[in-house]
Amino acid sequence: MIEQLVQRLYTLSATWDIPPLVVQLLLMVVVAVIIILFVSVSVMFLVWWERKISAHIQARFGPMRVGGWHGWAQSIADGIKLILKEDIVPQAADRIIFALAPMVVFATALTLYIIIPFGPGLIVKDLNIGVLFYISLSSLTVVGIVMAGWSSGNKYSALGALRSAAQVVSYEVPLVVSVLPVIMLAGSLRMTDIIAAQEKIWFIVPQVVAFLTFFTAALAETNRLPFDIPEAESELVAGFHVEYSGIRFAMFFMAEYANMFTVSAIAVTCFLGGWRGPALVPFLPEKFWAVFWFLTKTYFLIFVMIWLRWTLARLRVDQLMNLGWKVLLPIAFLNLGVTGVVMVLLG
Amino acid sequence: MAETVQAPVEERTKDRMEEMYVNMGPQHPSTHGVLRLLLKLDGEVVLECTPYIGYLHRCHEKIGENRTYTQVIPYTDRLDYLASMYNNWGYVLAVERLFGGDIKIPERAEYIRLILGELQRIASHLIWLGTFGLDLGNFTIFMYCFREREMILDLFESVSGQRLNYSFYRIGGVALDLPDSFVSDCKAFLEWFKPRLPEYDAITTDNIIWQKRTQGLGILPKDIALSCAASGPMLRASGIKWDLRREDPYGIYNRFEFDIPVGENGDVWDRFWVRRREMEESVKIVEQALEQLPPGEVMGKVPKKLAPPPGDLYSRVESPRGELGFYLVSDGSTKPYRYKVRSPAFVNLSTLPSIAPGHLVADMVAILGSIDIVLGEVDR
Repeated sequence: MIEQLVQRLYTLSATWDIPPLVVQLLLMVVVAVIIILFVSVSVMFLVWWERKISAHIQARFGPMRVGGWHGWAQSIADGIKLILKEDIVPQAADRIIFALAPMVVFATALTLYIIIPFGPGLIVKDLNIGVLFYISLSSLTVVGIVMAGWSSGNKYSALGALRSAAQVVSYEVPLVVSVLPVIMLAGSLRMTDIIAAQEKIWFIVPQVVAFLTFFTAALAETNRLPFDIPEAESELVAGFHVEYSGIRFAMFFMAEYANMFTVSAIAVTCFLGGWRGPALVPFLPEKFWAVFWFLTKTYFLIFVMIWLRWTLARLRVDQLMNLGWKVLLPIAFLNLGVTGVVMVLLG
Repeated sequence: MAETVQAPVEERTKDRMEEMYVNMGPQHPSTHGVLRLLLKLDGEVVLECTPYIGYLHRCHEKIGENRTYTQVIPYTDRLDYLASMYNNWGYVLAVERLFGGDIKIPERAEYIRLILGELQRIASHLIWLGTFGLDLGNFTIFMYCFREREMILDLFESVSGQRLNYSFYRIGGVALDLPDSFVSDCKAFLEWFKPRLPEYDAITTDNIIWQKRTQGLGILPKDIALSCAASGPMLRASGIKWDLRREDPYGIYNRFEFDIPVGENGDVWDRFWVRRREMEESVKIVEQALEQLPPGEVMGKVPKKLAPPPGDLYSRVESPRGELGFYLVSDGSTKPYRYKVRSPAFVNLSTLPSIAPGHLVADMVAILGSIDIVLGEVDR
């Protein structure tokens, strides 16, 4: 349906003598708006959801007032509050980099949505290097974080930025190595190919070790507890974003939740069969069930992340490094080797 | 060739990061109030740690010298505001001792003092465990601990009408008798509380991250503990069995059976574990006391004009934080001539500069948390 629409748009533009470039630009804008809308709504939901889950874990209620039913409008109210707040730039800050840093982080988080396969045909760009695109772009976040920490002119921010750089570098490697077996099994970096390869069996079954290492590294990648040392509240106050307020802070905040979604989506695509799942009620279209299963699996993984955050204590910097280099990486490499040997033996 | 033995300065410092000074506090989420720590950092490693105190100083002792003996009681509430009952107790005990046995405290009042004091110890340790959890990044234990502390505060409210600053102990007894429902309410609370401790263990003691974040850190050796005059759980965690409830009994502690938990290494873990077990022991004491609680008066006979005979006296009790001492000099008037508080948190904090160096900033927070300071008491 979408392809037909686009096709008609091109033919129309040809008849009206509009250059195809304009149509392409128009399509880009439409897609960008859809992504931003989806990210905003999804982030708002996730923030509210996390607050509710954490509250119930801790024998509380969480937001109950704003909007009536279980405080559903809390995130909207918070968003409005953050937008209306004064934008403070500290005197010691490097103004340009200070302003750029949240944009780098947020833009990176948004760009990653391009390769998320929500359902058959529901992917912005089915790149032939999909997984590689994710891995390379997701590590760009750290550039923004280091920019933020360094330009704030605050010692706590600087420490947070240094920690973040160390952390992302250490966990990038196990993340890549643990996703390699999946690529070997699927024989492609393309997201749709990986999902197609899981027709018989989800990759989590043969690759449970890879899934666990991937998920652990992904937690570190998104700076979530127990790996949230770049922003460790009790040590560094708020780490790299301690000097940010208002909408700039909101951008970091949204990027964190947006990244949670992406990383879970990638995990679902690579290990949990992507959009595959049974049609529970027959008369709804196939695409609906694809999106339904994809979102259900993704939100389940996000739930696990939230659950872990509110149960565990924070690791220390050196323990984090040890875990990354001395535990996760050897396990991931061993798994990679075993996968290769088994694949050769089984032909 | 007899060249220079030492490499030039640039060579030696090439691989070292620049040293950096960080002011941790007085506004910092983990200094438990307005404490300022001046940290000298090499990267994230603490080279030196100097605590600066005094941000909450309010001339407690001088005010005390200008008030009558009774009027000082409400000020003692504000010393260690997480253990007001115990401060009251320590102070009134000192004044009663200053009278040299002329004031007789009724049996029932002694029991009430002990029950409330031990409940206060549980409440104080709960706050400690919760905020220590926050320091380590575990927010959930904080909420759990506050849930149970809230119940203790409800009990205190039913007794005294206050939730934080009770001023409940009087020279010669306590202000009011217990309400009728107190014994059953308190038993119900203890029944609720006992299964909660294993629940805490599930997310703290048994959790490997929690263990890794506490074991082997901030070791306070016996000799430093003694030379700094540390007391309370801080001292006991270093392996010295010293509890004033046993060593220098006051009230009616010698009638009850309880253990004194002692640590081995004096690390953060031991301090956590000592306090965790102390809560169990306090529950035992309260249970025994509730069983024996006698009927009768709650206020002994005290002279209308409270003017102790001239003399001086140092009296100490085992507050949740350690040895809480009151030194009083009487010149025979109704006001203390000299009034001095020996606060355990202040003394325990003085061990920090000797145990902090060499740790990371993250551990610094854990070590400071494990000392269990209350700035109201440190600064007075």
